[in-house]
Amino acid sequence: MSLWIAPLLIAARHSRPAGRHVAPHFLTRRLSAAAPSAQAVRTVTLFPGDGIGPEIAGAVKEIFRAADAPVQWEEIAISTKNVKPGEDLIPQAALDSVRRNRYGLKGPLETPVGKGHKSLNLTLRQALSLYANVRPCVSMPGVKTKFDNINVVTIRENTEGEYVGLEHEVYPGVVESLKVITRQASERVARFAFEYARSNQRKRVTAVHKASVLKMSDGMFLECCRRISKEYPDIEFKEALIELCCGYLVSQPQRYDVLVLTNLAGDIVSDLAAGLIGGLGLTASLNKGEHVVLAEAVHGTAPDIAGKDWANPTALLLSGVMLLREMDLHDHAERIERAVHQVLQDAQCRTRDLGGTARCSEYTQAIIDRLGTA
Amino acid sequence: MQALRQVAAQSLRAARSLRHRPGIATASSRRRLTASPTNAPRSDARALVAPALLEGSHILSPTSIDGDVYNVYPAATPYGDSKIVTLLPGEGIGPECMRSLVAVFEAAEVPIEFDTYDIAEPEKGLPPEVVNAINRNRLVMKGPFHTPYGFRGTSLNILLRRGFDLYANVVHVYPIPGVKAKHDNVDIVFVRENTEGEYSGLEHSAVDGVVESLKIVTEERSTRIAEYAFRYAMRNNRKKVTAVHKANILKSADGLFLECAKGVAAKYPFIEFENMIVDATCMRLVNNPQQFDVVLLPNLYGNIIGSIGTSLGGGTGLFPGANLGPGGAMFEQAVRHAGRGIAGKGIANPTATILAGVMLLRYLKMFDHADFIQDAVHAVYELTDVRTPDLGGTASTEAFTAAVIDFLDEMDADEECDDEDEDEEDKHGS
Repeated sequence: MSLWIAPLLIAARHSRPAGRHVAPHFLTRRLSAAAPSAQAVRTVTLFPGDGIGPEIAGAVKEIFRAADAPVQWEEIAISTKNVKPGEDLIPQAALDSVRRNRYGLKGPLETPVGKGHKSLNLTLRQALSLYANVRPCVSMPGVKTKFDNINVVTIRENTEGEYVGLEHEVYPGVVESLKVITRQASERVARFAFEYARSNQRKRVTAVHKASVLKMSDGMFLECCRRISKEYPDIEFKEALIELCCGYLVSQPQRYDVLVLTNLAGDIVSDLAAGLIGGLGLTASLNKGEHVVLAEAVHGTAPDIAGKDWANPTALLLSGVMLLREMDLHDHAERIERAVHQVLQDAQCRTRDLGGTARCSEYTQAIIDRLGTA
Repeated sequence: MQALRQVAAQSLRAARSLRHRPGIATASSRRRLTASPTNAPRSDARALVAPALLEGSHILSPTSIDGDVYNVYPAATPYGDSKIVTLLPGEGIGPECMRSLVAVFEAAEVPIEFDTYDIAEPEKGLPPEVVNAINRNRLVMKGPFHTPYGFRGTSLNILLRRGFDLYANVVHVYPIPGVKAKHDNVDIVFVRENTEGEYSGLEHSAVDGVVESLKIVTEERSTRIAEYAFRYAMRNNRKKVTAVHKANILKSADGLFLECAKGVAAKYPFIEFENMIVDATCMRLVNNPQQFDVVLLPNLYGNIIGSIGTSLGGGTGLFPGANLGPGGAMFEQAVRHAGRGIAGKGIANPTATILAGVMLLRYLKMFDHADFIQDAVHAVYELTDVRTPDLGGTASTEAFTAAVIDFLDEMDADEECDDEDEDEEDKHGS
């Protein structure tokens, strides 16, 4: 019982926006435990991460607090820097925290060099059964790149495909690598893509594939997408060959809205899309699991500028915004996002990676200042 | 599918037995498409095109092909003074682009004869007479063939590459003067392994709803393509080779590809070598493409990254691609897409096909003709605003072709004038 009372007490203490006051009630709170009302405080697990992680996580916390987001952080400092081979990269307690809270935000973690480790992302994906990775790539106002008006969301299947790790040498000098595609996983990610499109007011889902060559594997993925698309007549469904999709992302990105992809294709296309809007430093990312949602900054730990207050917190912040949307806190999400866009648009206060001179703390303050007017 | 493969294998065997019999082509079996060869030297044609082309703007050949890199392989069958090349117009926009190429070759009086085969049923594989023709001529100009999604067999595109072991796909993206590209000075050569990897066609479903697809990487072929990339870099005075892989995930398969590339790189210490993960490559390619020089790619990544590269360079309709191997060479559009949406409307951009013809000419060491046609194509882009709809213009395929031919004629006329001038000078001299 104490579990769901604790957030209540905190909610009563602070962070209730004026004017939208809804008194939390024991009964309603209890009944809506699965889908808390808009004002209930959510506990979110936060992994600040390595390198610049703590600074940018600090910035996110500050901004969320200033925006009155009903979020309480359960901060767990984990570092993968000094994990010895054979040890768990992520402590069990940290994983349990995400499972319990169902929402998590993760800063950059350093992948340890050397063998004997499963990749960090793979560990998280498997432990939390995160089956889809979502990355909205939207041209930031005021951030000049060679490519304008990018507005695509990549949704990547995260559990199978080329990443199953089944490889063997059949004969000296001849290696076989297996790509596994299952109907279950394909349908699951396709359904999520359409659900995402619907709940985020997007019009079109494009299945990206290479079924002309991978006739059975990508063929099945495509079949699943086609079948699921029938259940969503309000969302337009298209298909695209991966190389043409990549070519058009460069030349005519407005062709695409939501893209749904297999694992490796998703890896490639999501990074391409991130490149089009100016790099991973501005790209939000969210992993959807059966029971949990983990938002993360996908950029590196930037050890060279760690602790110097030069880092750009935008990616982690926008990932947090995605998390707010997942929690149905759309108003808070809007406010923060608008503030970020305004600060970037003004170009007065930019971090070094965008050619500015502002420190992380100055940039954070600029966003907070905008929250009132946004 | 099995049956199809057998047919293909049989026809290949039959063709191989013919390989060493020269001169079996008969004139009646081919359509004569070009004018008779000319002996007029065109060595200074480039200087006569348009002075603007030489001053201030870079002119790079579509592939900077140095014939010597390639001519370790057998060249085309000679036919009188000309060479015979097999022409497969393909589907979609293929036939119209090929008509454009043939018209340009005719106007430029290129001593090449095309042995044309319309493949009526591409699903049934390569007809034996085509296999024979290719083995005879060893040179192919090819339009795209569309692979329907439901089709279970091996597509004709792959049959041709694998069957004739055309292992290296070379696409050179370079700044075409007058074409608006996303980035300036993009000059990248993509060298792609063309025969294995994800394109093995080995897939099966052990249980309903679970499909396995095999990606095959071999040491032999990985080394061979790496060797090709470095030799290309060396011959064409390029400074750096970047090997693209995903060895952090596909530790054995892409790991082997990377190992082979490193092994070959050690033999070319004067060429810089770096390796890059495929997703990072995509990101850097769109942000800072100038950092790339020669890019060495496994099959599927080559497909994807080559497409990004041509888009960056101004459009998929612009750049040609060559497929090279011990069996000969095949030239086509860099992005092998049939473009069925615009097929038959007469609005396809024939540039890629015409420049593929230019690559063919360089392969045959017909450098003068190659320069002549290439300069005319560049002149259309630099000096006129004739553009097909893919580049925002309204010109038809025919109008574009006519513009190229106009420049050819103009250059020809200039040359004749100069010849006369020289004659007069000679007279004065004597």
